[in-house]
Amino acid sequence: MPLIEAKNLSKSYGAIRAVRDVSFAVDRGEVVGFLGPNGAGKSTTMKMLTGHLRADAGAAVIAGFDVADQAVQAKQHLGYSPEGAPAYGEMTVREFLRFAADLRGLADPAESVRKTLELCRLGEVAAQTIDTLSKGYRMRVGFAQAVIHDPEVLILDEPTDGLDPNQKFEVRRILKEMAARKAVIVSTHILEEVGELCTRVIVIAKGEVRCDESRDKFLARGADLNAVFRRLTA
Amino acid sequence: MSSSEKSPSSGLKPFTAMLRREFAGYFRTPLAYVFLAVFNAFAVSLAFFVGGLYESGVASLDRFFLYHPWLWAFLAPAAGARLWAEERRQGTIELLLTWPITVWQAALGKFLAAWLFLACALLMTVPVALTVGWLGDPDWGVIVSGYVGSLLCAGACLGIAAIASALTRSQVIAFVTGFLACFLLVLVGYGVFDELLAGVLGSGGVDEFRRLGLWRNLEPFTLGLVDARPAAYFLSVAFAGLGLSTIIVERR
Repeated sequence: MPLIEAKNLSKSYGAIRAVRDVSFAVDRGEVVGFLGPNGAGKSTTMKMLTGHLRADAGAAVIAGFDVADQAVQAKQHLGYSPEGAPAYGEMTVREFLRFAADLRGLADPAESVRKTLELCRLGEVAAQTIDTLSKGYRMRVGFAQAVIHDPEVLILDEPTDGLDPNQKFEVRRILKEMAARKAVIVSTHILEEVGELCTRVIVIAKGEVRCDESRDKFLARGADLNAVFRRLTA
Repeated sequence: MSSSEKSPSSGLKPFTAMLRREFAGYFRTPLAYVFLAVFNAFAVSLAFFVGGLYESGVASLDRFFLYHPWLWAFLAPAAGARLWAEERRQGTIELLLTWPITVWQAALGKFLAAWLFLACALLMTVPVALTVGWLGDPDWGVIVSGYVGSLLCAGACLGIAAIASALTRSQVIAFVTGFLACFLLVLVGYGVFDELLAGVLGSGGVDEFRRLGLWRNLEPFTLGLVDARPAAYFLSVAFAGLGLSTIIVERR
């Protein structure tokens, strides 16, 4: 059974058809790079997968649970970091993660917070309020709340957006460490990330899947990935 | 880390986590202390300087409670403005809606936390009651029922504030619309719209309409008349507001 299933997902905003009949499935151990130009429907698809947006048609299934009908069970298996990594700015990093752990009803919330702080290298800013953090740390806090319960499914909307090369390296390192046990979807603009991080690539443009193939096959399309990307999304 | 499979979360845990965060949230900013100070200053000074509580020479708090609909109309929307507007502004609504908590659990936690905060503000006015007790010999039963009525009235205003907050990402807009709606409910009780409505509803209808005012429903409590009707009125407004705001959040 795949851990993530998108079945014929569609969503319109008024007259604009943001996502049209998108289907794919992601198994354990896969890291899917979700590529596409701005406004292609990446975030909308992710929002439907995570249960934030209701699909006009189709279904999203997380770990065997329908996101619409069995929302709470589905969300227990899901870690999600939305675009821009929103967080309660007035809380400290530790308070925020503790809240996430309590809200998820984790058995030993204090221990989960400790381990997550360590994993995401957030120990030194644990007592700082999130509003005072640099962008790099804020992104890591968003990532931390998504992995605090060690979910089987991880969906990250542009987790490396705005990070410097060292910080990007850090996020990729953590992701690689945990990827074997999970099904992961990472949306990104950065084509180089595909080679370093992903096992599979899905390209979406104008709300439709344009390409869904293994990393190696995608990389074999041409030496200039930017040209490949332009061709696929035209 | 505990695996997600090993973490069955009962319905209560997410709810109490929500309640605690929201309640503590009020005290994370200086705004809460400003709020409590303003509430107290107005509650006490309106009672003594406008209501003439001391000059009346009567050991009762009805002149103190007389101004509470006005106070709540202003301050409940101030405390309730952040309920959903702040989640939208910060983008955290997207986290909340993808965490394993139902919108109803989250909404109830938020609402009760805000109500509890208003209860704290009200509790801080107990010295007024003690002063009256020291100066005279008041009927403590009446005073307690007045406090209960005031707290219910606060809940009703908060219900309206919750709807206003669910509709916008701006706390300022949430506050202003919430305040205006509560303000109308205060005015209704004073018969401000009587002439306007007489033509439409007839004199009997106008009287019924006036029953919807906040003071009309608080007054019996301040006289020690424990009646189910005004209590039901306040609670229905509170929970209708809670329900409607939740539906608005769910639908968006």
